[in-house]
Amino acid sequence: MAPPANRRPGYSRRAQYSSFFGYLAGVLGALIGAALLILSIRNPDFFSGAQTAATQAVEPAGAATAGTRKAGRSVLSVIEGYLFAGSRYDKINRELAKARSELAESQAVRAENRRLKKLLGIVESGHEPVAVARLTSSSAASSRRFATIGLGRNDGVRDGMPVRSNLGIVGRILHAGAGSSRILLVTDTQSLVPVRRARDDVAAFAQGRGDGTLQIRLIDLGVNPLKKGDVLVTSGAGGLYRTGIPVAVVTELTADGASARILSDPAATDYVIVEPISRTSGSSAPAVPQASGEQPRADDGAGPAP
Amino acid sequence: MILPPRIRARNRMLRQRINRAPSPIIAVGLPWLSIILGSMLSTVLVIASAPIMPPLGFLTFLAWRQLRPGLLPIWAGLPLGLVDDLYSGQPFGSAVLLWSVAAIALDVIEERVPWRYFFTEWLVAAAMAATYIVACLAIANLASASTPVLILVPQIIASILVYPLVCRLVALIDQLRLVPIVEVG
Repeated sequence: MAPPANRRPGYSRRAQYSSFFGYLAGVLGALIGAALLILSIRNPDFFSGAQTAATQAVEPAGAATAGTRKAGRSVLSVIEGYLFAGSRYDKINRELAKARSELAESQAVRAENRRLKKLLGIVESGHEPVAVARLTSSSAASSRRFATIGLGRNDGVRDGMPVRSNLGIVGRILHAGAGSSRILLVTDTQSLVPVRRARDDVAAFAQGRGDGTLQIRLIDLGVNPLKKGDVLVTSGAGGLYRTGIPVAVVTELTADGASARILSDPAATDYVIVEPISRTSGSSAPAVPQASGEQPRADDGAGPAP
Repeated sequence: MILPPRIRARNRMLRQRINRAPSPIIAVGLPWLSIILGSMLSTVLVIASAPIMPPLGFLTFLAWRQLRPGLLPIWAGLPLGLVDDLYSGQPFGSAVLLWSVAAIALDVIEERVPWRYFFTEWLVAAAMAATYIVACLAIANLASASTPVLILVPQIIASILVYPLVCRLVALIDQLRLVPIVEVG
Protein backbone atom coordinates (compact mmCIF):
# COMPACT_ATOMS: atom_id res chain seq x y z
CA MET A 1 0.00 0.00 0.00
CA ALA A 2 1.30 3.42 -0.81
CA PRO A 3 1.76 5.63 2.20
CA PRO A 4 -0.27 8.86 2.17
CA ALA A 5 1.40 11.74 0.35
CA ASN A 6 1.07 13.89 3.41
CA ARG A 7 3.17 12.38 6.16
CA ARG A 8 1.75 14.59 8.90
CA PRO A 9 0.32 12.27 11.52
CA GLY A 10 -3.15 13.83 11.55
CA TYR A 11 -4.20 16.83 13.58
CA SER A 12 -3.02 15.45 16.89
CA ARG A 13 -0.54 17.94 18.24
CA ARG A 14 0.97 15.20 20.41
CA ALA A 15 1.60 12.88 17.44
CA GLN A 16 3.13 15.73 15.45
CA TYR A 17 5.44 16.59 18.31
CA SER A 18 6.56 13.00 18.84
CA SER A 19 7.30 12.63 15.12
CA PHE A 20 9.27 15.87 15.14
CA PHE A 21 11.24 14.98 18.25
CA GLY A 22 11.93 11.56 16.79
CA TYR A 23 13.66 13.17 13.82
CA LEU A 24 15.42 15.59 16.12
CA ALA A 25 16.73 12.66 18.16
CA GLY A 26 17.86 10.96 14.94
CA VAL A 27 19.88 13.99 13.89
CA LEU A 28 21.20 14.29 17.43
CA GLY A 29 22.29 10.65 17.26
CA ALA A 30 24.28 11.38 14.12
CA LEU A 31 25.91 14.38 15.79
CA ILE A 32 26.79 12.32 18.88
CA GLY A 33 28.28 9.70 16.55
CA ALA A 34 30.40 12.33 14.84
CA ALA A 35 31.57 13.64 18.21
CA LEU A 36 32.50 10.14 19.40
CA LEU A 37 34.31 9.56 16.13
CA ILE A 38 36.40 12.71 16.47
CA LEU A 39 37.19 11.74 20.05
CA SER A 40 38.27 8.24 19.09
CA ILE A 41 40.35 9.45 16.14
CA ARG A 42 42.11 11.97 18.37
CA ASN A 43 42.66 9.43 21.12
CA PRO A 44 42.45 5.85 19.78
CA ASP A 45 42.91 4.26 23.22
CA PHE A 46 39.96 6.06 24.76
CA PHE A 47 37.38 3.38 24.06
CA SER A 48 39.60 0.30 23.81
CA GLY A 49 38.84 -0.65 27.41
CA ALA A 50 35.12 -0.79 26.67
CA GLN A 51 35.77 -2.68 23.45
CA THR A 52 37.86 -5.42 25.05
CA ALA A 53 35.36 -5.69 27.90
CA ALA A 54 32.56 -6.11 25.37
CA THR A 55 34.40 -8.82 23.45
CA GLN A 56 34.38 -10.86 26.63
CA ALA A 57 30.63 -11.19 26.17
CA VAL A 58 31.06 -13.05 22.88
CA GLU A 59 33.89 -15.17 24.28
CA PRO A 60 31.81 -18.37 24.71
CA ALA A 61 30.36 -18.02 21.22
CA GLY A 62 33.84 -17.50 19.81
CA ALA A 63 35.17 -20.56 21.60
CA ALA A 64 32.27 -22.62 20.28
CA THR A 65 32.72 -21.49 16.69
CA ALA A 66 36.47 -22.07 16.92
CA GLY A 67 35.75 -25.79 17.08
CA THR A 68 33.42 -25.66 14.09
CA ARG A 69 35.85 -23.56 12.08
CA LYS A 70 38.51 -26.21 12.58
CA ALA A 71 36.14 -29.05 11.64
CA GLY A 72 35.00 -27.28 8.47
CA ARG A 73 38.53 -26.62 7.42
CA SER A 74 39.69 -30.19 7.92
CA VAL A 75 36.81 -31.55 5.82
CA LEU A 76 37.93 -29.34 2.94
CA SER A 77 41.55 -30.31 3.35
CA VAL A 78 40.66 -34.03 3.34
CA ILE A 79 38.85 -33.65 0.01
CA GLU A 80 41.72 -31.61 -1.38
CA GLY A 81 44.16 -34.22 -0.13
CA TYR A 82 42.43 -36.98 -2.11
CA LEU A 83 42.47 -34.92 -5.29
CA PHE A 84 46.17 -34.14 -5.27
CA ALA A 85 47.51 -37.15 -3.37
CA GLY A 86 49.83 -38.59 -6.00
CA SER A 87 51.73 -35.54 -7.15
CA ARG A 88 51.94 -34.18 -3.63
CA TYR A 89 53.38 -37.44 -2.28
CA ASP A 90 56.11 -37.30 -4.84
CA LYS A 91 56.93 -33.69 -4.07
CA ILE A 92 56.87 -34.22 -0.31
CA ASN A 93 59.29 -37.14 -0.59
CA ARG A 94 61.78 -35.03 -2.48
CA GLU A 95 61.40 -32.16 -0.03
CA LEU A 96 61.79 -34.51 2.92
CA ALA A 97 65.11 -35.81 1.64
CA LYS A 98 66.32 -32.25 1.22
CA ALA A 99 64.97 -31.18 4.60
CA ARG A 100 66.71 -34.09 6.39
CA SER A 101 70.12 -32.99 5.29
CA GLU A 102 69.34 -29.39 6.10
CA LEU A 103 68.08 -30.39 9.53
CA ALA A 104 71.32 -32.18 10.31
CA GLU A 105 73.21 -29.13 9.16
CA SER A 106 71.11 -26.78 11.29
CA GLN A 107 71.49 -29.00 14.34
CA ALA A 108 75.22 -28.77 13.96
CA VAL A 109 75.00 -25.00 13.59
CA ARG A 110 72.77 -24.73 16.64
CA ALA A 111 75.13 -26.83 18.73
CA GLU A 112 78.03 -24.67 17.65
CA ASN A 113 76.00 -21.57 18.35
CA ARG A 114 75.29 -22.75 21.88
CA ARG A 115 78.93 -23.59 22.45
CA LEU A 116 80.10 -20.20 21.19
CA LYS A 117 77.52 -18.38 23.27
CA LYS A 118 78.65 -20.26 26.35
CA LEU A 119 82.19 -19.30 25.48
CA LEU A 120 81.20 -15.64 25.32
CA GLY A 121 79.12 -15.88 28.47
CA ILE A 122 75.87 -14.86 26.84
CA VAL A 123 72.84 -15.89 28.82
CA GLU A 124 70.02 -17.09 26.59
CA SER A 125 67.15 -14.68 27.17
CA GLY A 126 64.03 -16.75 27.68
CA HIS A 127 61.34 -16.93 25.05
CA GLU A 128 59.01 -18.88 27.25
CA PRO A 129 55.49 -18.24 26.01
CA VAL A 130 53.38 -16.03 28.25
CA ALA A 131 50.16 -17.70 27.26
CA VAL A 132 48.55 -19.94 24.68
CA ALA A 133 45.05 -19.10 23.52
CA ARG A 134 42.52 -19.52 20.78
CA LEU A 135 41.55 -16.64 18.53
CA THR A 136 37.91 -16.10 19.41
CA SER A 137 36.70 -13.30 17.18
CA SER A 138 37.92 -10.99 14.46
CA SER A 139 36.82 -7.77 12.80
CA ALA A 140 35.64 -9.71 9.75
CA ALA A 141 33.21 -7.01 8.62
CA SER A 142 35.61 -4.09 8.91
CA SER A 143 38.50 -2.99 6.75
CA ARG A 144 40.73 -3.03 9.85
CA ARG A 145 42.27 -6.33 10.87
CA PHE A 146 41.86 -7.11 14.53
CA ALA A 147 41.36 -10.36 16.37
CA THR A 148 40.75 -11.12 20.01
CA ILE A 149 41.92 -13.79 22.41
CA GLY A 150 40.25 -14.77 25.64
CA LEU A 151 43.24 -13.93 27.84
CA GLY A 152 44.19 -10.61 29.33
CA ARG A 153 46.17 -8.87 32.03
CA ASN A 154 45.06 -11.46 34.59
CA ASP A 155 46.95 -14.06 32.57
CA GLY A 156 50.09 -11.97 32.19
CA VAL A 157 49.31 -10.58 28.75
CA ARG A 158 50.54 -7.00 28.27
CA ASP A 159 50.21 -4.38 25.54
CA GLY A 160 52.73 -4.80 22.73
CA MET A 161 53.49 -8.47 23.22
CA PRO A 162 54.06 -10.34 19.94
CA VAL A 163 51.59 -13.07 19.05
CA ARG A 164 52.59 -16.00 16.88
CA SER A 165 51.37 -19.42 15.90
CA ASN A 166 53.54 -22.42 15.20
CA LEU A 167 53.60 -21.34 11.54
CA GLY A 168 54.72 -17.78 12.01
CA ILE A 169 53.91 -14.33 13.25
CA VAL A 170 50.24 -13.41 13.72
CA GLY A 171 50.37 -9.92 15.19
CA ARG A 172 50.81 -8.15 18.46
CA ILE A 173 48.68 -7.24 21.43
CA LEU A 174 47.12 -3.85 20.84
CA HIS A 175 45.18 -3.61 24.06
CA ALA A 176 45.16 -6.09 26.91
CA GLY A 177 41.95 -5.99 28.88
CA ALA A 178 41.34 -7.77 32.16
CA GLY A 179 40.20 -11.03 30.62
CA SER A 180 40.52 -10.56 26.88
CA SER A 181 42.89 -8.78 24.55
CA ARG A 182 42.73 -7.26 21.12
CA ILE A 183 45.40 -8.21 18.61
CA LEU A 184 46.54 -6.08 15.70
CA LEU A 185 47.12 -8.63 12.95
CA VAL A 186 50.13 -8.20 10.69
CA THR A 187 47.79 -7.94 7.69
CA ASP A 188 46.34 -4.67 9.00
CA THR A 189 47.50 -1.60 7.10
CA GLN A 190 48.77 -0.05 10.32
CA SER A 191 51.04 -2.97 11.12
CA LEU A 192 54.66 -2.59 10.08
CA VAL A 193 57.02 -5.51 10.74
CA PRO A 194 60.76 -5.23 10.14
CA VAL A 195 61.78 -8.34 8.22
CA ARG A 196 64.78 -9.84 6.51
CA ARG A 197 65.18 -12.63 3.99
CA ALA A 198 65.66 -15.93 5.79
CA ARG A 199 68.82 -16.99 3.98
CA ASP A 200 70.65 -13.66 3.94
CA ASP A 201 70.25 -10.20 5.36
CA VAL A 202 68.17 -8.32 2.78
CA ALA A 203 66.25 -6.02 5.12
CA ALA A 204 62.75 -4.73 4.45
CA PHE A 205 59.51 -3.70 6.03
CA ALA A 206 56.38 -5.80 5.71
CA GLN A 207 53.23 -3.71 5.77
CA GLY A 208 49.76 -5.23 5.75
CA ARG A 209 47.39 -4.50 2.91
CA GLY A 210 44.20 -5.48 4.66
CA ASP A 211 43.45 -8.40 2.35
CA GLY A 212 45.68 -11.13 3.74
CA THR A 213 48.78 -10.13 1.81
CA LEU A 214 51.75 -8.02 2.81
CA GLN A 215 53.56 -5.29 0.94
CA ILE A 216 57.31 -5.78 1.23
CA ARG A 217 59.26 -2.52 1.05
CA LEU A 218 63.01 -2.85 0.73
CA ILE A 219 65.15 -0.60 2.88
CA ASP A 220 68.01 -0.43 0.38
CA LEU A 221 66.61 0.78 -2.89
CA GLY A 222 68.31 -0.33 -6.06
CA VAL A 223 68.23 -3.64 -7.82
CA ASN A 224 65.44 -5.71 -6.36
CA PRO A 225 67.14 -8.84 -4.98
CA LEU A 226 63.92 -10.60 -3.99
CA LYS A 227 62.68 -13.64 -5.86
CA LYS A 228 59.42 -15.50 -5.90
CA GLY A 229 59.31 -18.02 -3.07
CA ASP A 230 61.71 -16.17 -0.76
CA VAL A 231 60.82 -16.65 2.89
CA LEU A 232 60.92 -13.57 5.11
CA VAL A 233 61.47 -13.71 8.85
CA THR A 234 61.38 -11.01 11.51
CA SER A 235 64.66 -9.16 11.76
CA GLY A 236 64.21 -8.00 15.33
CA ALA A 237 64.92 -4.38 14.43
CA GLY A 238 62.99 -1.97 16.58
CA GLY A 239 62.72 -4.48 19.35
CA LEU A 240 59.05 -5.37 19.03
CA TYR A 241 59.46 -8.85 17.64
CA ARG A 242 62.35 -11.17 18.34
CA THR A 243 64.41 -12.34 15.40
CA GLY A 244 63.72 -15.34 13.27
CA ILE A 245 59.95 -15.72 13.40
CA PRO A 246 58.66 -16.66 9.92
CA VAL A 247 56.45 -13.92 8.45
CA ALA A 248 55.62 -14.38 4.78
CA VAL A 249 56.62 -15.86 1.46
CA VAL A 250 57.12 -13.67 -1.60
CA THR A 251 54.50 -14.25 -4.29
CA GLU A 252 54.95 -11.37 -6.70
CA LEU A 253 57.62 -8.78 -7.39
CA THR A 254 56.78 -5.09 -7.60
CA ALA A 255 58.78 -2.00 -8.45
CA ASP A 256 59.97 -1.22 -4.92
CA GLY A 257 59.79 -4.64 -3.34
CA ALA A 258 57.29 -7.42 -3.52
CA SER A 259 53.93 -8.59 -2.38
CA ALA A 260 53.96 -11.56 -0.06
CA ARG A 261 51.52 -14.07 1.28
CA ILE A 262 51.43 -14.37 5.05
CA LEU A 263 52.62 -17.76 6.33
CA SER A 264 50.44 -17.97 9.40
CA ASP A 265 47.03 -17.16 8.03
CA PRO A 266 44.91 -16.27 11.08
CA ALA A 267 41.94 -18.02 9.47
CA ALA A 268 43.87 -21.28 9.55
CA THR A 269 45.29 -20.80 13.03
CA ASP A 270 43.90 -22.75 15.95
CA TYR A 271 46.06 -21.68 18.82
CA VAL A 272 48.28 -18.66 19.10
CA ILE A 273 51.21 -18.13 21.43
CA VAL A 274 51.71 -14.84 23.24
CA GLU A 275 55.41 -14.18 23.68
CA PRO A 276 57.14 -11.77 26.04
CA ILE A 277 58.23 -8.45 24.58
CA SER A 278 61.61 -8.86 22.94
CA ARG A 279 64.18 -6.73 24.67
CA THR A 280 66.82 -6.64 22.00
CA SER A 281 66.51 -2.87 21.63
CA GLY A 282 67.90 -0.74 24.39
CA SER A 283 64.84 1.46 24.75
CA SER A 284 62.61 -1.07 26.46
CA ALA A 285 65.28 -2.89 28.46
CA PRO A 286 64.37 -2.42 32.09
CA ALA A 287 67.73 -3.08 33.75
CA VAL A 288 71.08 -1.84 32.49
CA PRO A 289 73.28 -4.67 33.84
CA GLN A 290 71.18 -7.15 31.89
CA ALA A 291 71.87 -5.38 28.62
CA SER A 292 74.99 -7.42 27.91
CA GLY A 293 72.91 -10.55 28.04
CA GLU A 294 70.37 -9.25 25.58
CA GLN A 295 72.34 -9.55 22.38
CA PRO A 296 70.26 -10.19 19.30
CA ARG A 297 70.12 -13.88 18.78
CA ALA A 298 71.97 -15.15 15.77
CA ASP A 299 70.13 -18.32 14.90
CA ASP A 300 71.88 -18.93 11.64
CA GLY A 301 70.21 -22.19 10.85
CA ALA A 302 66.90 -21.58 12.59
CA GLY A 303 65.10 -19.91 9.71
CA PRO A 304 62.99 -22.23 7.57
CA ALA A 305 64.50 -23.56 4.39
CA PRO A 306 63.24 -21.56 1.40
CA MET B 1 -14.39 -38.96 18.01
CA ILE B 2 -10.71 -39.77 17.57
CA LEU B 3 -8.78 -37.15 15.64
CA PRO B 4 -5.49 -37.75 13.87
CA PRO B 5 -2.47 -36.58 15.92
CA ARG B 6 -1.64 -33.68 13.60
CA ILE B 7 -5.08 -32.14 14.00
CA ARG B 8 -4.95 -32.74 17.75
CA ALA B 9 -1.62 -30.97 18.03
CA ARG B 10 -3.02 -28.10 16.00
CA ASN B 11 -6.08 -27.87 18.20
CA ARG B 12 -3.92 -27.84 21.29
CA MET B 13 -1.84 -25.05 19.84
CA LEU B 14 -4.92 -23.01 18.98
CA ARG B 15 -6.39 -23.60 22.41
CA GLN B 16 -3.17 -22.32 23.91
CA ARG B 17 -3.51 -19.14 21.90
CA ILE B 18 -6.96 -18.27 23.12
CA ASN B 19 -7.01 -15.70 25.86
CA ARG B 20 -3.33 -14.90 25.39
CA ALA B 21 -1.52 -11.83 24.19
CA PRO B 22 2.03 -11.26 22.96
CA SER B 23 4.51 -10.34 25.64
CA PRO B 24 5.22 -6.61 25.32
CA ILE B 25 8.86 -7.11 26.31
CA ILE B 26 9.45 -9.62 23.51
CA ALA B 27 7.37 -7.67 21.00
CA VAL B 28 9.47 -4.55 21.53
CA GLY B 29 12.78 -6.10 22.53
CA LEU B 30 13.25 -8.82 19.92
CA PRO B 31 14.13 -6.42 17.05
CA TRP B 32 16.79 -4.74 19.18
CA LEU B 33 18.14 -8.07 20.35
CA SER B 34 18.30 -9.46 16.80
CA ILE B 35 20.32 -6.46 15.60
CA ILE B 36 22.75 -6.73 18.51
CA LEU B 37 23.16 -10.45 17.82
CA GLY B 38 23.81 -9.61 14.16
CA SER B 39 26.62 -7.26 15.20
CA MET B 40 28.17 -9.93 17.41
CA LEU B 41 27.72 -12.72 14.88
CA SER B 42 29.77 -11.11 12.14
CA THR B 43 32.81 -11.10 14.45
CA VAL B 44 32.76 -14.70 15.68
CA LEU B 45 31.83 -16.63 12.54
CA VAL B 46 35.22 -16.44 10.87
CA ILE B 47 38.69 -15.26 11.75
CA ALA B 48 39.23 -13.30 8.59
CA SER B 49 42.41 -11.97 7.06
CA ALA B 50 40.40 -9.82 4.65
CA PRO B 51 37.06 -8.03 5.01
CA ILE B 52 34.68 -10.70 3.73
CA MET B 53 31.87 -10.79 6.26
CA PRO B 54 28.80 -8.70 5.45
CA PRO B 55 28.01 -6.20 8.21
CA LEU B 56 25.18 -8.33 9.59
CA GLY B 57 24.19 -5.86 12.32
CA PHE B 58 23.68 -3.06 9.81
CA LEU B 59 21.83 -5.30 7.36
CA THR B 60 19.46 -6.47 10.11
CA PHE B 61 18.92 -2.85 11.11
CA LEU B 62 18.07 -1.96 7.50
CA ALA B 63 15.76 -4.96 7.18
CA TRP B 64 13.80 -4.04 10.30
CA ARG B 65 13.42 -0.45 9.16
CA GLN B 66 12.26 -1.53 5.71
CA LEU B 67 9.98 -4.33 6.85
CA ARG B 68 8.42 -2.54 9.81
CA PRO B 69 9.01 1.17 9.37
CA GLY B 70 8.28 2.89 12.64
CA LEU B 71 8.81 -0.12 14.86
CA LEU B 72 12.32 1.00 15.70
CA PRO B 73 12.45 4.72 16.51
CA ILE B 74 14.46 6.84 14.14
CA TRP B 75 17.09 7.43 16.84
CA ALA B 76 17.65 3.66 17.24
CA GLY B 77 20.97 4.04 15.41
CA LEU B 78 22.45 5.72 18.48
CA PRO B 79 22.23 2.85 21.01
CA LEU B 80 22.51 0.08 18.42
CA GLY B 81 25.45 1.75 16.72
CA LEU B 82 27.19 2.05 20.08
CA VAL B 83 26.92 -1.73 20.55
CA ASP B 84 28.11 -2.36 16.99
CA ASP B 85 31.10 -0.09 17.55
CA LEU B 86 32.16 -2.20 20.50
CA TYR B 87 32.54 -5.23 18.26
CA SER B 88 33.19 -4.10 14.70
CA GLY B 89 36.80 -2.93 15.05
CA GLN B 90 35.97 0.38 13.41
CA PRO B 91 36.95 3.65 15.11
CA PHE B 92 34.46 4.16 17.93
CA GLY B 93 31.47 6.24 16.86
CA SER B 94 31.51 5.31 13.18
CA ALA B 95 28.44 3.07 13.44
CA VAL B 96 26.58 5.59 15.62
CA LEU B 97 27.05 8.21 12.94
CA LEU B 98 26.44 6.02 9.90
CA TRP B 99 23.43 4.13 11.29
CA SER B 100 21.72 7.37 12.35
CA VAL B 101 22.31 8.91 8.94
CA ALA B 102 21.13 5.71 7.24
CA ALA B 103 17.86 5.69 9.20
CA ILE B 104 17.11 9.27 8.20
CA ALA B 105 18.13 8.63 4.57
CA LEU B 106 15.88 5.57 4.44
CA ASP B 107 12.97 7.62 5.71
CA VAL B 108 13.55 10.24 3.03
CA ILE B 109 13.76 7.58 0.30
CA GLU B 110 10.55 5.95 1.48
CA GLU B 111 8.79 9.25 1.25
CA ARG B 112 9.93 9.75 -2.34
CA VAL B 113 9.15 6.21 -3.56
CA PRO B 114 5.61 5.50 -2.45
CA TRP B 115 5.06 2.23 -4.31
CA ARG B 116 7.43 -0.44 -3.23
CA TYR B 117 7.96 -4.11 -3.82
CA PHE B 118 10.77 -6.34 -2.70
CA PHE B 119 13.03 -5.70 -5.67
CA THR B 120 13.10 -1.95 -5.09
CA GLU B 121 13.68 -2.48 -1.38
CA TRP B 122 16.59 -4.74 -2.23
CA LEU B 123 17.96 -2.16 -4.64
CA VAL B 124 17.76 0.56 -1.99
CA ALA B 125 19.30 -1.72 0.64
CA ALA B 126 22.09 -2.74 -1.76
CA ALA B 127 22.94 0.88 -2.45
CA MET B 128 22.90 1.70 1.25
CA ALA B 129 25.00 -1.33 2.21
CA ALA B 130 27.60 -0.51 -0.45
CA THR B 131 27.70 3.11 0.65
CA TYR B 132 27.96 2.03 4.28
CA ILE B 133 30.88 -0.32 3.64
CA VAL B 134 32.78 2.29 1.63
CA ALA B 135 32.04 4.94 4.26
CA CYS B 136 33.33 2.61 6.99
CA LEU B 137 36.57 2.22 5.04
CA ALA B 138 36.81 5.99 4.58
CA ILE B 139 36.39 6.53 8.32
CA ALA B 140 38.95 3.84 9.17
CA ASN B 141 41.37 5.38 6.71
CA LEU B 142 40.75 8.81 8.18
CA ALA B 143 41.82 7.33 11.49
CA SER B 144 45.28 6.34 10.29
CA ALA B 145 44.68 3.18 8.27
CA SER B 146 45.40 3.10 4.52
CA THR B 147 43.37 0.29 3.03
CA PRO B 148 42.66 0.39 -0.73
CA VAL B 149 38.97 0.49 -1.73
CA LEU B 150 39.20 -2.45 -4.13
CA ILE B 151 39.48 -5.08 -1.42
CA LEU B 152 35.91 -4.27 -0.42
CA VAL B 153 34.38 -5.69 -3.60
CA PRO B 154 33.82 -9.24 -2.27
CA GLN B 155 32.29 -7.88 0.92
CA ILE B 156 29.89 -5.61 -0.96
CA ILE B 157 28.79 -8.45 -3.24
CA ALA B 158 28.31 -10.76 -0.25
CA SER B 159 26.27 -8.12 1.55
CA ILE B 160 23.97 -7.59 -1.43
CA LEU B 161 23.45 -11.32 -1.90
CA VAL B 162 22.85 -12.04 1.76
CA TYR B 163 20.29 -9.26 2.21
CA PRO B 164 17.19 -11.24 1.07
CA LEU B 165 18.18 -13.94 3.56
CA VAL B 166 18.43 -11.38 6.33
CA CYS B 167 14.99 -10.06 5.35
CA ARG B 168 13.55 -13.58 5.54
CA LEU B 169 15.06 -14.05 8.96
CA VAL B 170 13.76 -10.70 10.13
CA ALA B 171 10.28 -11.60 8.84
CA LEU B 172 10.47 -14.84 10.81
CA ILE B 173 11.53 -13.01 13.95
CA ASP B 174 8.71 -10.55 13.33
CA GLN B 175 6.22 -13.42 13.45
CA LEU B 176 7.81 -14.89 16.57
CA ARG B 177 7.71 -11.46 18.17
CA LEU B 178 3.91 -11.46 18.18
CA VAL B 179 3.29 -15.04 19.31
CA PRO B 180 0.70 -14.78 22.11
CA ILE B 181 2.25 -16.32 25.21
CA VAL B 182 1.15 -14.10 28.08
CA GLU B 183 -2.22 -14.94 29.64
CA VAL B 184 -4.70 -12.08 29.56
CA GLY B 185 -6.95 -11.13 32.43
